[in-house]
Amino acid sequence: MDMNGGQALIKALELEGVEVIFGLPGGCILPVYDPLLDSPLRHILVRHEQGAGHMAEGYAHVTGRPGVAMVTSGPAATNIVTPLCDAYMDSIPMVVITGQVPTGAIGTDAFQECDTIGITRSVTKHNELVTSAQDIPRAVREAFHIATTGRPGPVLLDIPKDIVDPKNPNSAMNWHWPTDQEVRDGLPGYKPNMKGHPRKIREAAELILASDRPVIYAGGGILKARAAEALKELAELCDIHVVTTLMARGSFPDDHPLCLGMPGMHGNYSAVTSMQRSDLLIALGSRFDDRITGRVGAFAPEAKIIHVDIDPAELGKVRRPDVPIVGDCRLVIEELIGAIRHLLDGGAAFPERSPWKQTISGWQEKHPLSYKQSEPGDALKPQFVLEQLRDNTPDDCIVASGVGQHQMWTSQYWKFNHPYTWVNSGGLGTMGFAVPAAIGAKVGRPDAMVWAVDGDGCFQMTAQELVTAAAERIPVKIAILNNAYLGMVRQWQEMFYEERYSEVYLSPDLPDYKLWAEAMGCVGMRVEAPEEVESAIQKANEIDDRPVVIEFRTDSSEKVFPMVPAGMSNDDIITDPALGEGFVQ
Amino acid sequence: MTMPNKHHILSVTVVNKAGVLARLSGLFARRAFNIYSLAVAPTEDERYSRITIVVDVESTPLEQITKQLFKLIDVVKITELDPSDAVERELLLVTAEAPPAVRSQIIELVDVFEGRILNVGHERLTMSLEGHPDKLDDFEELLRPYGIVELQRTGRVALPKIDNSAARLRAVKNA
Ligand SMILES: Cc1ncc(C[n+]2csc(CCOP(=O)(O)OP(=O)(O)O)c2C)c(N)n1
Ligand SMILES: [Mg+2]
Repeated sequence: MDMNGGQALIKALELEGVEVIFGLPGGCILPVYDPLLDSPLRHILVRHEQGAGHMAEGYAHVTGRPGVAMVTSGPAATNIVTPLCDAYMDSIPMVVITGQVPTGAIGTDAFQECDTIGITRSVTKHNELVTSAQDIPRAVREAFHIATTGRPGPVLLDIPKDIVDPKNPNSAMNWHWPTDQEVRDGLPGYKPNMKGHPRKIREAAELILASDRPVIYAGGGILKARAAEALKELAELCDIHVVTTLMARGSFPDDHPLCLGMPGMHGNYSAVTSMQRSDLLIALGSRFDDRITGRVGAFAPEAKIIHVDIDPAELGKVRRPDVPIVGDCRLVIEELIGAIRHLLDGGAAFPERSPWKQTISGWQEKHPLSYKQSEPGDALKPQFVLEQLRDNTPDDCIVASGVGQHQMWTSQYWKFNHPYTWVNSGGLGTMGFAVPAAIGAKVGRPDAMVWAVDGDGCFQMTAQELVTAAAERIPVKIAILNNAYLGMVRQWQEMFYEERYSEVYLSPDLPDYKLWAEAMGCVGMRVEAPEEVESAIQKANEIDDRPVVIEFRTDSSEKVFPMVPAGMSNDDIITDPALGEGFVQ
Repeated sequence: MTMPNKHHILSVTVVNKAGVLARLSGLFARRAFNIYSLAVAPTEDERYSRITIVVDVESTPLEQITKQLFKLIDVVKITELDPSDAVERELLLVTAEAPPAVRSQIIELVDVFEGRILNVGHERLTMSLEGHPDKLDDFEELLRPYGIVELQRTGRVALPKIDNSAARLRAVKNA
């Protein structure tokens, strides 16, 4: 017996290349926090376990490496359920370690016991109750392997106290670090399919060569597969426009002439309508989410579908593809490029697509994103703030966001020209994501400038993590778009509930965001006039030793447009009524 | 207890460890699909168990469910067995009212079905019957008028038929 389980757990994390753990200790995980003192692993002490989970996600978003969080049993485990679900929905690689009551006490309603495995089963890619110290290195290796391969996702290890506590004989173990082969043998049911089927690739190439109105529908899978370069090559080779979903922003540069930007419920007119009118959708790592398709039956009615995803369960889940391809997006795109080149070399040619391209540029000219600038003395327009922020930050600035109107405006108005610069909660739509995720992102990319754009509602859910950031000297910058409302809900009540506002008002002054920021060790600023916006941003950019919070007082009545109301066809896209089109429900 | 019309038999090979059944049944429960019957036991290879699940769903949601099952790390193989290409067996235990006046009729019934009498009381008999689930249905039907006190069926287990298994089996997951 050369080691105890707690030491083994820490050593295993070190061997997995972990550099930082986000966490907060407590009774059952205590024995693991002790050997942590002797380890080079960095630990960031959060103020709430939800923060640890979102930080790990933010870290994973920008680095591509798995984020790691460690918390104790019971309430700490339940506190981290939301980030687990968030990571599961957005396929974020993450390993979460939870303490558990000693094996002998499991099932007795012991103090701070909860059925963590049962609770998290449906929000993790995999989870395991580790029952013996000897199993710890294997469990850790498997957890990282599962979290990072195939379709990435969160994996949870539940660790009973006795197997890590040196005072308990159950913690004795002999160190053995499993080989790759042992890991594979231990997981006979797990063999993600990486390479696409050659016949399907050929069929896809033929469809692309036959299509008059093709659109590439790029999803988050492009980023997970590190396929941005390959995507660009494919789009340029075939001269096909690309839409980037909320999860794929940055996977194809917004300043590229073939980029159409974001489709979906709040997508821009050209992106939404090109998909609707296309005769071939090339779905790459995207999943036909309801926020993209609108009413499924009316979605892209004339389009054939090529659907590439590493997860076979996505193919045919919503829309049956004409050519389904299971595989890693990067490998499949590269194979597809090869197949298309082969056909081109053999004398094949793309059809004349200039009418389609003209149609698209016509839409782009007629329906640009737009808003009405505020009159002097009126409240700031949120879109104006975002334009200023975009224009006064480096091109590769990382931006995180919360969930609501501010999130949609950020995705719309930001120019994403680099992959891994957009950190957001897409699938679950988790309010409170921005602050901790931005902190995790900054930890992962200390060289990059990191801004979070947050709503006043969202900010109040996880702002306490700015204490963590101040204590750890993690200089994130937060722009609160304070519209004094749960704005997105207010927008729905205005549009679909006859302006009957129910429980959406938050007050612009309560809390005092500037004072609150200062109390948390941040620099706090408040901006109310358009001419102050730029200088405040500049000032924030210069602060590099602590977090900064700027509260922008924005127009409460501003709504996000365009909009495809929930459950309606994408043909019924509404552009801003204030800009003349008129809103008819 | 007659079989639903659109029943599907899934034969799922899983790693033999704690919690696998909960993962599996959770996927059905999430979609509010009722599992009609379920049988779990170790296979010829002690590392694995085979779970035979009978469900009553349309094919499309079933395809989605099978793909979701396939994603479970502990699921090694899934085969959907077409009832016409499978050998199916089930075991039934039943205690029925069998007063002396009708006892010989019941014993005759058990004989015809090649069942066995396991336990004899003054007024009751406990019997077992093994066979194709349809045969068990018939037996149950015929026994019912005498008065069934308690009945327990195991749920079906199934394996592909040997002669045509290669051609007609639809392997959904094959590791
Ligand atoms: C945890 C959570 N609770 C509730 C919601 C529903 N919801 C979506 S957007 C929104 C309003 C967000 O308000 P705020 O942060 O002020 O952003 P705004 O829309 O005003 O920009 C709410 C309540 C959610 N997405 N997440
Ligand atoms: Mg708000």
